[in-house]
Amino acid sequence: MKDYTIKDAVLVNNYIKGDENALSTLIERHKQRIYSFIYSKVFDRDVSEDIFQDTFIKVIRTLKLGKYNEEGKFLPWVMRIAHNLVIDHFRKGNRMPKFEDNGEFSIFSIISDGDLNAEKRIIKDQVEEDLRNLIQELPEDQKEVLVMRMYRDMSFKEISDKTGVSINTALGRMRYALINLRKVIEKNNIVLTN
Amino acid sequence: MAKFYFKSSRKEEQQQLVPTKTTVDFLLNYSKALSVIDYKNMKFEALLN
Repeated sequence: MKDYTIKDAVLVNNYIKGDENALSTLIERHKQRIYSFIYSKVFDRDVSEDIFQDTFIKVIRTLKLGKYNEEGKFLPWVMRIAHNLVIDHFRKGNRMPKFEDNGEFSIFSIISDGDLNAEKRIIKDQVEEDLRNLIQELPEDQKEVLVMRMYRDMSFKEISDKTGVSINTALGRMRYALINLRKVIEKNNIVLTN
Repeated sequence: MAKFYFKSSRKEEQQQLVPTKTTVDFLLNYSKALSVIDYKNMKFEALLN
């Protein structure tokens, strides 16, 4: 820790009492350390500037409102504010992926092509074909309910009306259809994933 | 070609890692403009330009 002629605590006190030059001294004294810390986390000059600015806005407001009570620990306190703002920045980034043009960036790393490639399309077709064959093996009443629900997207109420059984029976048949399908899949070690 | 492979070392970058003068000036001006008004038990912030 450097031995400054005027301690941080004294400068903070002077600033709270209205000496604006004290803030200038504090910023000059610690700007490199705080900025480097922020940059070491975000690796972006513009973001570092923003976070540095927000950090000191917080510092200024806290001091002027008389809420500061950590005398003698000015730098660790400012570093903690900066650290929290860096975390906030990354949280925001997670919610909204950002486009950064740093020369090495490829837009395709964040935007993926929703279409399947040829290989995946073939696998998907095979999986669907296998599944259709398995469904054919189910008892007629279960097959009927499953096809109506999954392929025709009908509600259980509609299935119940169409087949003339109660909703509970239709639900039960769907349940057994799925249980039976799982049993056959497990028994024959069928892989139904793309 | 060389410039494609050249990248300044982290150490070099860190030496000049300071906020811009604009940012520092903004903060000093913000500080001067911000005044806190005490009223009874309440504190009000005012930005005077």
